[in-house]
Amino acid sequence: MGNVLTIILQRLALGFLTLLIVSVVIFVAVNLLPGDFAQSILGQGATPESVAAIRRDLGLDQPLVTRYFNWLGGALQGDFGSSFAQASFANFTGSASGSGSVAQQIAPRFANTMFLAAVTAAIAVPFAVFLGVLAALYRNSIFDRATNFFTLSSISSPEFFLAYILILFLAVLNPILPSVSNIYNGMPLGERLEKSLLPALTLTLVVTAHMMRMTRAAIINLLASPYIEMARLKGVSPMRVIVRHALPNALAPIINVIAINLAYLITGVVVVEVVFVYPGIGQLFVDSVKFRDIPVVQACCLIFAAAYILLNLTADIMSILSNPRLRHPK
Amino acid sequence: MMWFAAFLLGLAALAFAFRFAGQVATGRAPYFRDMTFGVAYGYLLAAAALIWLVWAYVQGRSPDPLVANKFFFLRVAIEGFIFFTIAAWLFRILGRNVGTKQTKRLFRSMPLTAAFGVMIILVYIFVAVFAGVLAPYGQAEIIRGVPANIMPGGNVAMGGNPDFPLGTDQIGRDILSRLIYGAQNTVGIAFATTVIAFLLGGTLGFLAATFGGWLDQVLSRMVDVLMAIPSLIFALLLMTIASVWAPRLGIPQTYFMILIIAVIDSTRVYRLARAVGQNIVVMDYIEAAKLRGEGLGYLMFKEILPNATAPLLAEFGLRFCFVFLTIASLSFLGVGIQPPLADWGTMVRDLGGFVNFAQFAPMTATPPLLAAGAIALLAVAVNFVVDWALHRSSGLKD
Repeated sequence: MGNVLTIILQRLALGFLTLLIVSVVIFVAVNLLPGDFAQSILGQGATPESVAAIRRDLGLDQPLVTRYFNWLGGALQGDFGSSFAQASFANFTGSASGSGSVAQQIAPRFANTMFLAAVTAAIAVPFAVFLGVLAALYRNSIFDRATNFFTLSSISSPEFFLAYILILFLAVLNPILPSVSNIYNGMPLGERLEKSLLPALTLTLVVTAHMMRMTRAAIINLLASPYIEMARLKGVSPMRVIVRHALPNALAPIINVIAINLAYLITGVVVVEVVFVYPGIGQLFVDSVKFRDIPVVQACCLIFAAAYILLNLTADIMSILSNPRLRHPK
Repeated sequence: MMWFAAFLLGLAALAFAFRFAGQVATGRAPYFRDMTFGVAYGYLLAAAALIWLVWAYVQGRSPDPLVANKFFFLRVAIEGFIFFTIAAWLFRILGRNVGTKQTKRLFRSMPLTAAFGVMIILVYIFVAVFAGVLAPYGQAEIIRGVPANIMPGGNVAMGGNPDFPLGTDQIGRDILSRLIYGAQNTVGIAFATTVIAFLLGGTLGFLAATFGGWLDQVLSRMVDVLMAIPSLIFALLLMTIASVWAPRLGIPQTYFMILIIAVIDSTRVYRLARAVGQNIVVMDYIEAAKLRGEGLGYLMFKEILPNATAPLLAEFGLRFCFVFLTIASLSFLGVGIQPPLADWGTMVRDLGGFVNFAQFAPMTATPPLLAAGAIALLAVAVNFVVDWALHRSSGLKD
C-alpha cells in the first residue's frame, strides 16, 4: 500500500505545483494589459489625484510580485478582490460597502454551474456506459454503425448548433421545455430541474458521444485477450462475458474518460450557458471578458483551471487505484 | 409520459411475439432460436422509429400549413440525409472510375461515410476559393435601396424578396453572400491557424526529441503548464487582453486570435511530434545519418519528418476540427473573427434569436441553423475522413 500512497502523494504535489504556476501565468497575462484599471473606472473624468487615490485603494501602486502574493493570499481565503464593473458605481459612491466583491458575484453562479454539471453527469454517465457496452456487444452490426455515425456527428458539431437544434425541436416546435433557463435563488428543485434540462441535454449529447466511444474502445481492446477467449469457450453468454469479465478490467480507462469529460463539462459549459442564458459561472466569465472586468476574469479563470486540474488529477489517481497490480505490489 | 411508458411496455410484448413468430415461421432457425430478448426489442424499436420518421415526413408534406410548419425541419433533415447519401454514393462511383491508379484503389476500399467526408471537403474548398464569383453581393456590402431584415424564403407575401433567397440581416447585407464568404473566412482562418500550430509544435517537438536533455525538459514543462488551463478559457482570457492591445497597436484583432489559438494548439501538436519523434530517433538509420555527419536540419526534415507523416496527417485533421470549432465558439461568444468579415459563428450569434419564430414561419429560422450547420457539416466531414484514415493505418479489422 505504501507504494501507491507515495505515487498518489507525488501526483497531488505535482497537481498543486501546476496550479500555482497556472495562477502565475494567469496573473502575469492579465497584467500585460496596457493602461490601468483606475483610469478605466473613472473614464473621462479622471484627474491625477483621483486616479492615484483609487490606485492606492486597489493596491495598484505596489510592485507586481507583492500584488501577486496579495491576490493569491486573498484567493486562498475565498476573497478574489472587488469587481470593477460593480466597483465603479457602488464602492466609490460610498452607497454600499462590499457589494461588489467578486466572491459574492461568483458564489451563487458557481453553485448553479455545479448543479448543471451534476444533472448532466447524472444523465450522461449511465447512458454512455450502457450504450458503450451495447455497442461493444453488437460491434460491427447496424446498431454499432448507426451509433458510431451519430456519436461522431455530435462530437464534431459545435455546442451551439446542438443547442439550437434542441431549442428548435423541444422548445419552439413542441413546447415541452423552456428555452431560457432563468434560475434564481430559492427556486423549488422540480422547477429548477425543468429549467436546466435543456442545457443539460445539450451537454449530455456532447459528452455522451465521447464517453460512449471510449467505453466501446476500451472493452473491444480487452476482448482480444486470452481470458475472454477462455470465458467464451466455456460457454458464457456474450452479455455476461462483457459485464462480468471485460468491464471490471476496462474500468480504469472508463473512469479516466468520465473524469476527463467532467472536466470538459465544467469548462465546456461556457457556450451552452450563453445560449440558454443560464446564470452560471461561464456566462459571468464571458460577460466579464466583454466588459474587461479583470478581477472577475482572473477569478473565473483560476476556478476553471483549478477544477480542470483537480478532475484530471482525480482521473489519474482513480486509474492508479483501480489497477490491482499497483495496489498489491509483489 | 404515461403514453410513452405504455408504448415501451407494449413494444416489449410485441418483441416477445416477434421472436416467437420468427421461430415458428422459420422452423427454429438458429438466428431466431438464439436471439436474445434485447435484440428483438432493439429491432422493434428501430422499426418503430423508422415508421415514425416516415409518418413525420408525410406530415411535413401535409397541405395544412400549421402541420407542415411543425414538421418542416424534420422533412428537410430527412431529405438532406437522403440527398447526401446518394451524392456520396455517386461520388464514390465517380472516384472508382476516374483518376489515377492510386486514387481509384483508395476509393475502392472507402466506406460511404469517408466518401461523404471527402466530397464535402472538396465542396468547401471550391466554395472558399471561388467565393467572390459565387456570391451575388459583397460580404460587407450594405445594399442600397433594400430594407434590412428581409424575411428569408423569397416569398413576397411573407415579407421576402426573391432577389435575396435568405433575406438580409439587421443592417441590410445579403445573408446568402455572407454565408458563402463565411467559407472563405472561417475555414481559411482555421486552416492558417492549424498550419501555424503545426509548424510551431512540430518543429519544437522534433527538436526536443532530437536534442533531449535540458531543452526537452524546459519545453515539456512549459507545455504541461499551458495544457493545464482549459483551452477555450485560456483563449478567452488572452483574447480579452488582445482586444485592448489590438486598437493601440493598429493590428486587427483577428491576427491576435490566429496567433493565440495557434500557440495554444501547438502544445498538443508538440506532445505528439515529440512522442513520435522519440520513437524514430532511436532507429539505426538515424544513427547512420548522424555518423555520416548530417546536420540537424537534414535529420529533422529528411529523416524524421517522412517517417512521422502518417500520424501527423491524421492529427492535422483532428487539430483542424478542433481549431475550427474553437474559432467558431469564440466568434459565437463575440471575441473571435471581427466584423466586417463574414463569419459563421458571428452569424449564428446575430441571427440566433430567429429560431424562436420557427413555429409560424419556419424559413426565418433557417439562416442561423444554416450557418451553424455549415460549421457542423465540415467538422463532421473531416472527422469521418480522419476516422477512416486512422482505421486504415491501424490495420484494425474488428
